This record gives sequence, structure tokens and C-alpha cells, in this order.
Amino acid sequence: MQCGIGRFGLKWDAFLGVGAAAAALALAPVVALALIALRAGEGQWRHLAANVLPDSAYETLVLSAGVLAFVVVVGTACAWIVTAFDFPGRRVVETLLLLPLAFPAYVLAYAWLDLTHPVGPLQSGLRALLGYARPSDFRLPDLRTLPGAMLIFGLALYPYVYVAARAVFLSQMTNLAEAARMLGKSGATIFFRIALPLARPAIAAGGALALMETLNDIGAAEFLSVNTLTAAVYSTWVNRSDLPGAAQIALAMLIFVLLLVVMERMGRGGRSYAVIGRNMRPLAPRRVEGFAGLALAALVTLPALFGFIAPAAHLVYQAFLRLAHAGMPGEILAETGNSLLVAVLTTLVCVAGALMVTGGVRLMRSPLRRALLQISAVGYALPGTVLAIGLLVVLGGLDALVRGGAALLGAKPPGLLFSASLTAIVLALSLRFFRLATSKIETGLERLSPSLDNAARTLGRSPFAVLREIHLPLLKPTIAGAALLVFVDCMKELPATLLLRPMNFETLSTHLYGETARGTYENGALAACVIVAFGLLPVALLTRLGRRESEAREERS
Amino acid sequence: MTRFRLFAAVLLMGASCAASARAEEVNVYTTREPGLFAPLAAAFTARTGVKVNSVFVKDGLAERVAAEGAASPADLLMTVDIGNLIDLVDKGVTKPMPAELLEKTVPANLRAADNAWTALSLRARLVWAEKGLPLAGLTYEDLADPKWKGKICVRSGQHPYNTALLAAMIAHAGQARAEEWARGLKANLARKPGGGDRDVARDILGGLCQLGLGNSYYVGLMRSGKGGPEQKAWGDGVQVVLPTFAGGGVHVNATGVALAKGAPNEAAARKLVEYLLSPEGQKLYAEQNFEYPVSKAAAVDPTIGALGELKPDTISLVDIARNRKAASLIFDKVGFDR
Repeated sequence: MQCGIGRFGLKWDAFLGVGAAAAALALAPVVALALIALRAGEGQWRHLAANVLPDSAYETLVLSAGVLAFVVVVGTACAWIVTAFDFPGRRVVETLLLLPLAFPAYVLAYAWLDLTHPVGPLQSGLRALLGYARPSDFRLPDLRTLPGAMLIFGLALYPYVYVAARAVFLSQMTNLAEAARMLGKSGATIFFRIALPLARPAIAAGGALALMETLNDIGAAEFLSVNTLTAAVYSTWVNRSDLPGAAQIALAMLIFVLLLVVMERMGRGGRSYAVIGRNMRPLAPRRVEGFAGLALAALVTLPALFGFIAPAAHLVYQAFLRLAHAGMPGEILAETGNSLLVAVLTTLVCVAGALMVTGGVRLMRSPLRRALLQISAVGYALPGTVLAIGLLVVLGGLDALVRGGAALLGAKPPGLLFSASLTAIVLALSLRFFRLATSKIETGLERLSPSLDNAARTLGRSPFAVLREIHLPLLKPTIAGAALLVFVDCMKELPATLLLRPMNFETLSTHLYGETARGTYENGALAACVIVAFGLLPVALLTRLGRRESEAREERS
Repeated sequence: MTRFRLFAAVLLMGASCAASARAEEVNVYTTREPGLFAPLAAAFTARTGVKVNSVFVKDGLAERVAAEGAASPADLLMTVDIGNLIDLVDKGVTKPMPAELLEKTVPANLRAADNAWTALSLRARLVWAEKGLPLAGLTYEDLADPKWKGKICVRSGQHPYNTALLAAMIAHAGQARAEEWARGLKANLARKPGGGDRDVARDILGGLCQLGLGNSYYVGLMRSGKGGPEQKAWGDGVQVVLPTFAGGGVHVNATGVALAKGAPNEAAARKLVEYLLSPEGQKLYAEQNFEYPVSKAAAVDPTIGALGELKPDTISLVDIARNRKAASLIFDKVGFDR
């Protein structure tokens, strides 16, 4: 697979080629944004610094910190409880805990606001129960506050940490934990001294994903009355027609996020988290009987109850009301097809690309490849619309090039080939979610001992053959997990799809947004149900995979 | 590698499908939600046989048309806010429409002097309130009166509907007075601004506040029962007042349309505009969407008519659009969304 030596002493190979292409594609919209930002803006920085940033930076930081704390604590604790203990209903809860992943954050926000509003079912029921006549006599706190937003985002996003931590707890720490048990160490000691330190990179990766999703959100934050920096980007751009100014804030945010990512990486230092392959099998969970077991089951069911069961039930009920009132919307089948098409294509691109790029980093350790990997995942740190604006410029430029070329050759200039096409959407979503795939596969690779690679290389296998014959089979569940994460996020994605899609091309989420934008979101309840339903299957598979991954290893050892 | 090739072929196919064009059709880029535009487009196609292709975009319409450049398939650009519409004209992605198309139906204050844009329908920014609250003769200025302290609900100040209202206030009273008003309104808020207009009705019913701002067509949507019994209850549960500016009229905003600069199907585009401004098209705006028609030839829907006669403010839409940026800055300055 080595394709000769470049002029600069650089060894080009397929890995580097894919890595360079991925990085270039990821950088293109960022460069376009930077060029926009360099255009003379309207000099709004002083206005922003005085009137906007102090408050929105504060709210953004508090929200981020709150969400991060929530997802790390809830995600890690749940992952630990379902792997270290055996209690009634454990297998079911294990899957339930993943399900909020299927919910777009803004749908979760709508559903909970409906449920908890003073005229909604929860408070109406409470008033009836307690004998209060009017909402003004008895009212629960409003959800539309910073703490409320932390809760909603936390519930929507903790599964990122849960998935990552659980994978580690299931397979990586068994020997150490068993040794500790034999030495009479308590469960708490095992958790804090062994499990947590080993799971740290995974938890950090999951937390980083949750954090970026929070920072890039626009729908849920608006609905929950949180005034984030992303909202400042929008008002600068949309209300003041100052795209350069908006691009400047967006890039400043991007730099901030990237700094966080780099700091996390540096915090890890050079430690290795690899575990020798044959010892990876699940820790035998400790049986918890009777009342304690039931209590434990109830406790870990809570996040699933609030993050999925209650809002999903509400959504299904709303969809049912709609169906009874207005009948089946005719477009829903075509929209489902479009959503699936976009999600499947993007998943293929992301997983294949991520395998090549992360595999290249592992097999041919070089700072250049590592840098390319980091750059290629930059899209996740940008709000979808901002990324899409950058891409508009890039794709429009490509189309102009094609037209220029055609004119030179005297041919009839073609219409738009890149802009407003399926390609544009798949590209945008791939850039946006590449990090989901690389992050998962990278963590998976870290768990494989480098001695496997070394042995295979010594036996004369090419790097590509190592990837194909060693990594691919060992990583199958990890790859499937990465694919499922990307797939589910594609089904939910809204802003980039909305801006880049061709005419007459609706997906489930653009349909849902078309309704929410005019304040009739219950009309979109059915579309939301379908989005969630298509998210459920992959999510259920994800749990099975996690199990099978560790069980397969057990058989092998 | 064959799989890769297949994959590339699929992508290219997707691209070329999107690019192919057919005869007698018109391409519309719109910030108008599909649920509100689709019935109009369907009626137009039924009447003329011209196919309507459309894409609903929220933010970034101008950027998209600009990036697509000379090959952009867009014929008509539609928006639901006058500021956004004039923005398109200012960004140079439109061209004037023939005068005879607009002049006979659209009053001069609802279209550009050079016919670069025209309003298609109007919506009024109204006050919704708890039933029984005495609000006769209410002005927008009154909303800043300290007697409403802690009693008002409203969506974000940075939403175009509110920005346009403040922009009109600037046109009426000047920047300083408008800022004072925004500060007063902020001080009266019962909760942080957020959500949508309909939440205001719900919050009033929930006893969170006593009055708030909302657009006229939501009242029609809710009260007509089109959105189901629950919303009918919300709509019927609040009283709706048509406030005025002191010495002026009710604040109205427009949905409108402009012809794209490179419109490839200009003839069909004209047909669509003509249809939307025809008595039949205008009637659809009134009946389907509960908006105020711009043409005198069409009547408002009875649900909306029952709110009282609309005496629109005399400030021109252009002035509102011009003050939009200043209004947005003021909302930031008074920490409205904080």
C-alpha cells in the first residue's frame, strides 16, 4: 500500500491520502469562514464586549459546566452500576439508559415543557389532586431557566458518556478489579482507584461530545430561554446583517473549544490505556438482592424515565392526537426515505474515513498524521448552520470553477453540481459527525495492545493488511458502535441539512422544524416519533454489541 | 475499491439529479414554513399547470443564493419578515419586477418604489391578555408602564417580530425614547424572554403572566380549531387586543417576495406573483394562514375580522427595515434576553 516517496521525504500511502483529504475537506469551510471574518465587519466587537458577551459567556459557561457535570456523573454512575452489580431488570435498564440518544435535544425540550407547563398534564393533575383551582394558586418552578436547561441537555446527552464508560467497565478492568477484590478492597476503592482512572479517556471523550453538542445547539436553548453565545452569533448575523461579525464570534468559540480538547489530550499525558487482548472479559457483577436490588434498579431507571420514557410517551400521545385530528401526512414516507438515505450514506463515509485516518495514526505514528486526525474532526466543534455557511461558499466556489472550466472548453455551462445537492448534505454531515466515528474508533484502538500490530508487522504484513486482518475483526463491535452513533445523529441533524438541501427534498427533521418554526410543533409529532423510532433500533443494537463484544472476547480467551 | 467507486457514482448521481431542470416550473426559496406555503403553491399549480419547486430555509437564504451565483436555480425569494426581505435586495441578489405586475393591486407603501420587492400579506403584532383585564385604548408604549411589573411575557427580543416592533418604535419616537421603552418593557417581564408567540398564550393561561405580545395569525390558527381542541382552548382562553402606537396605528410586518437576480424561469415566476396577488391568492392568505391580505379585493378571515378593524401604522415598511439593526443593538444593550 506504500506508494513511493514524495518530494519532501514524505511517505505517501492510502492512510495519509485519506487523512489529508479528510483534513482538507474539514478545513475548507473553516477557511471560508475565516475569510468571511476577515472582511471588514461592522466593528461590533465593542458592542458585543459591552452588552452581549459578559452575559452570554456567563450563561454558556454555567450551562456547559452544569451539563458536563450532569453527563459525567450520571453517565459514569449508571455505566458502573449496570456493569458492576446484578439486580432485577438489569439487562432492560442497560438498554433503556441509552435511549435518550434517539431524541434531538430540542424535541426533548418541547416535550418536557409541554409536560411540566402550568397548564400541562403534570401540574394540572397535581392541582386536581391537591385541590387547587387555578394555576396561580399552586405552581412548580419553571423549566425555562438555566438549571432547567442543564437538566434537559444533561438528559439528552448523558448517553455519550454512558456508552463510552460502559465499554471500558465491561471489558478492560476485569483482571485488576478481580485482584483488588481478592485483596479485600471495597467496591468504592475499585471504582475510584481502578475503574475511574482507566475509563478517564473514554469519559472525557464522551463528555467532550456532549459539551460540543450543547455549545452548538440553537433550538433547545431558545426554547428554554437560555441566552448562549451561539444565539449571539445568530443575532449578529441575522438581525444585523453582519456575517463577518458573526463569523468572528463563531471562530472565537471554535478556538475556545479546540483549546479545551487540546488541554484534555495533554492532561492524559503519554499514558497508555492498552490492555492485553486475551484478558478482556466482563467483570462478574456482584449480585444485589431484595430491597437494595430494587432500589438500585429504580435509581438507574430514573435517567431513562426522564430522558426517554416520559417524553416519548408524550410524543406518541401527541402524534396519536394529530393522526386522529388531521390524518396521516402523505409525505412522511418520502421524508423517512430521504432521512435514511442521508444517514446511511453519511455513516458509510464517516466510518470508512475514520478507520483509515485513525488506523493510519496508530500504524504509522507520526505527528503529521495525528494532526490530520485532529483537524479532520474539527467540524463537530462548529454549530451546524455556521459550518453550512462555510460550506455554501466552498461548494459555490467549486461550481463556479466547473462553470469556468466549461466556458473555457466552449461547452454549455452545467447547472449546480455541488451546491444544493445530496452530496452537499452528506459532505456537511460527514464533516459534522466525523468526530463521533474517530473518537469511538480511536478509543477502541487504544484498547488493543500495540504488540498485536508489532507481531503482525514482524510477520511481514503491510500496515493496510494489519488494519484489515487484525484491527477490523477485533474492532467489529466498536465500528458498529461508531456507525450507530453517526447514524442516529444524522437522523436528528437539522441546521446543515436545512440550509444545504436541494429543492423539494424534505427529511423528517426538516419537516419537524417546518412545524416548530411556526409554533405548531405538535403537527410534527409524528415526524419526531419516526426520528426517535429509527434511533431506537440502532441504540438497542448498541447495547447488544457492547455485551457481545465482551462476551466474544471471553470465549476467545 | 469497487465499493468506493460505486459509492462515488451514487454521490455524483445525487448531484446531477438535483441539477437537472424541467420545463414550465418555478423555483422558490422561502423562509415561509412549508405548511403555510404548500397550499398556495398547490392552488397555483392546479390553476396554471406550472410546477412549483421549493426549499424552505430559515437563516442563510441570502448567503445561499449569493454562493450559488450565476447558476442558482432560484426564481423567487420569499421571506416572512420585511427586514429580511429588504436585506435580500440590499445584498444584490434580486432584481426589480415589472411595475404592471404590482401596481394595480399593491398599495405603494407595501412595495419598493422600484418594485424590487412586494409584500404579499400582513400580520399585526397584537397584545394577548388575561380575560377581563381592562385594556381598551392600549398603546405599545403602555407596555413599559411600571404598573405591569412582572406581568408580561414575550419571546426573545432578537426575534425578527420583536426587532421589527422596536424598529417601528424608533421610527416613531427616536432611538433614545425607544431604548427607554425597551428598558421599561424588560423591567416588566414575568420571565426571561424565550419560546414562541404561542407560548405567551399558554403562559397567560398558566398564570405566569397577565399579558404579552403575539402575532395575529396565531390567534386565527388557535381559535379556528385547525390545530385541535387543546389549542382552541388556548386561543379562546385569552383576550386579544389591537394596540396602537401613541398617535399611530397597529404595528404590522409583512411577508413578501422578490425576484431573484438570475431567475431562470422569469415568466413562470411572474405568473406565481400575479397569482399570489390575485383575489384568489389573497383569499388563500386570509383563509389558510389567517393573515391580512395586501389587496383590497380580498377580505380577512372572520376569526381575524372579529378581533376588530385593523388600522395599520403609517410608518413605512422600509423605515422599519432600516431601523432593524439599531433595534437589535438596543435589545442587546438593555439586556432584554438576559
